[in-house]
Amino acid sequence: MVSFTPTEEQQQLLDTVKRYAANDIRSIAHESDEGGGFPASTIDKGWQIGLVPTAIPEEQGGLGEMSALTGALAAEELAFGDLSAALAVMAPALFAYPISLYGTTEQREVWLPHFLEEKAPKATAALLEPGIFFDAHDLKTTATPEGDKVRLNGVKACVPLASDAEIMLVYARNSETGAMDGFLVGRGAEGLEIEGDEKLMGLRALSTSRVKLNDVRVDVPCRLGGAEGCDYQAVLNRGRVALAALAVGVARASFEYARDYAKERQAFGAPIATKQAIAFMLAEAAIEVDAARLMVWEAAWQLDQGKDATKAAYLARQYAEKAALTVTDSGVQVLGGYGFIREYPAERWLRNARGFTAFEGLAIV
Amino acid sequence: MTISFEIPEHVQQQADMAKMAAEFFMRPVSRELDENEHQRPDMFVQNIWPVMRDMQKKTLDKLAAPPTEGEKKPERQSTQNLRLMLMIEMLSWGDAGIYLCLPGGALGGAAIEAVGTPEQKIRFLQRFAEGEIPAWGAMAMTEPGAGSDTSAIQTTAVLDKEANQWVLNGEKIFCTNGKLALDESNGLVVVWASIDRSAGRAGMRPFVVEAGTPGVKVTKTEIKHGIRASDTASIVLDNARIPADNILGSPEVQREGGGGFKGAMATFDATRPLVSASALGIGRASLEFVKEKLAEEGVEIPYNLPYHKLTAIQRDVLEMEAQFKAAYLLTLRAITLLDQRQPNNLESAMCKAKAGKVVTQISQKAVELLGPMGYSREWLAEKWMRDAKINDIFEGTGQINTLIVARRILGYSSKELG
Repeated sequence: MVSFTPTEEQQQLLDTVKRYAANDIRSIAHESDEGGGFPASTIDKGWQIGLVPTAIPEEQGGLGEMSALTGALAAEELAFGDLSAALAVMAPALFAYPISLYGTTEQREVWLPHFLEEKAPKATAALLEPGIFFDAHDLKTTATPEGDKVRLNGVKACVPLASDAEIMLVYARNSETGAMDGFLVGRGAEGLEIEGDEKLMGLRALSTSRVKLNDVRVDVPCRLGGAEGCDYQAVLNRGRVALAALAVGVARASFEYARDYAKERQAFGAPIATKQAIAFMLAEAAIEVDAARLMVWEAAWQLDQGKDATKAAYLARQYAEKAALTVTDSGVQVLGGYGFIREYPAERWLRNARGFTAFEGLAIV
Repeated sequence: MTISFEIPEHVQQQADMAKMAAEFFMRPVSRELDENEHQRPDMFVQNIWPVMRDMQKKTLDKLAAPPTEGEKKPERQSTQNLRLMLMIEMLSWGDAGIYLCLPGGALGGAAIEAVGTPEQKIRFLQRFAEGEIPAWGAMAMTEPGAGSDTSAIQTTAVLDKEANQWVLNGEKIFCTNGKLALDESNGLVVVWASIDRSAGRAGMRPFVVEAGTPGVKVTKTEIKHGIRASDTASIVLDNARIPADNILGSPEVQREGGGGFKGAMATFDATRPLVSASALGIGRASLEFVKEKLAEEGVEIPYNLPYHKLTAIQRDVLEMEAQFKAAYLLTLRAITLLDQRQPNNLESAMCKAKAGKVVTQISQKAVELLGPMGYSREWLAEKWMRDAKINDIFEGTGQINTLIVARRILGYSSKELG
């Protein structure tokens, strides 16, 4: 039966995430973007909502079940607060979810208990690569089998929270078979170099790094999913749904702010929202936000149904990243000159929204 | 409750049957009926009439004999509108012009269903529920001087208390199925007229005008850009007399709060998603056809490549697909709210604005992508483009629907945001 109402459980979780996004994130988003990122205590508080522990299935020792829908609902709310904070809160999932979904029994037993702790494990994943022709299906980073070892070579870009990470999942192309795989790489691995913080147009409150792998050797059992490997397409699909959900959150933040501003701001003796030129921009933004959200939900629902969500996830991301750009651009436009001033949040949302076409692999549900 | 996109199996089966009907009775005559404007799609009408008739009969039977407490089934989400949506989408996939010739009450019937009394429903809708000869309903709102601005309607209805009749005078245009309803069947037209010109919109009321009413005449059928199989009629009402109880809603004018007008306008919340559904059918046809023809030329659409590895044509098709899906899901939401008996004024305006726009764009892009063959009348792509455009115009233009969305999200009345 078709329905667009979250479960009671999801709604309760959402209410918590909403409160956190509004009270803890939104209130300090500007200063965090201007310098230094969010305080660790803020991100810790986000972790303590329990999004990751409740996504780890009970049979794996977790507290709930993996649900892309729940993840997408939460991602939108977090990004409504701030995209950098959302990515920071969700970063450990980049490591935990693929382990939960595709890890060997041993990988699960070793790693998942860490994700049930009060504090977030310092874990992340590295997928994106520098260079203008990035293709997730044709990674430049290579994994070359050498007896009981695998040798990793390449450069990864925009790896969230890499500078503090103790462990990361590095995706690479098997140089013999051409297949994509994940590998568990520890901080101390020889040949692993994590550069300082990247300087980006947006995400200024999130620490991201280039990660260089120079003949990094890992043991064969460090391959995600062991001999079976992982369903790499499904990992990408989950990532695309996550990005699309985050894009909806950013777009909605911008739309709602512009809507409220337009009702306050007076020009020619009336609120500017009473002019069709402004009102129509806002109406179209509202339609785009809703349309993008529905596409996210459908793709997430397909994932949860165990269907092949490749097409839905791809289209959802494509739609949401465009919608986010259009909507946040309107958000700046409605504010006029103030839209261009950094003290107002509209320009930050535009900078953050522009990145979604490039953010492959930065989030997962 | 949980978020779900699961179409129940029995609903999907009906949609599949509609698609078969579209393949058998519509597609084969699609071009012929487009080239011979106003030719009636008899084969389609004869075959679909029993289905439509029985559907109408079921709703009337329920009305005449509501289930007793013991018979009542457990409260469960209706699929009535969902079924309609998918059926209309599939029939419009077949041919949107022929779909509009679907026998039954159509928009006129919808208005009666929405605001009629039980007595009126049985009296007026019975004709759509019985007999071997099909009947049509229609709605007449637009006038030469009143399109989107319905408050400018000039047609008047004056109560002749002695005869206990309303006397209608005026001219209606752009009435879909007006001729089928009045001249070619024992149908009816719901005519909007003012019972008090000084009251503006608050004085507007819908009246049921039955076929055969003296003083009602179809004066013209339009020659159109698309949906040529469907008649678009001009109707003159010259001292047309109808029974006093043919008015839908209250005959009292309430100057505050819009009175009966506002209630009757709610009909649009139910019909706009169905117009979107028809638009989606054309969009689906265009998109499927383009992909089929591209595949014949060895061009497949990938769903996992980065932007830089896509050709221009692949990008275009992916954009068409994403836009189509967005419009589809917005429509599905508006429809689901209807089935859940929840308000959907905002959502139905959203889906109509979106579907009207993107299906127009999709069908235009399809013609472009197919090159000279897209432009050729040998294939149907050019016809679909012409058929699509009306969806951004009737049942509220894209602009009117955007205006409704704007008012809703801003919390403005029509006075505050004109």
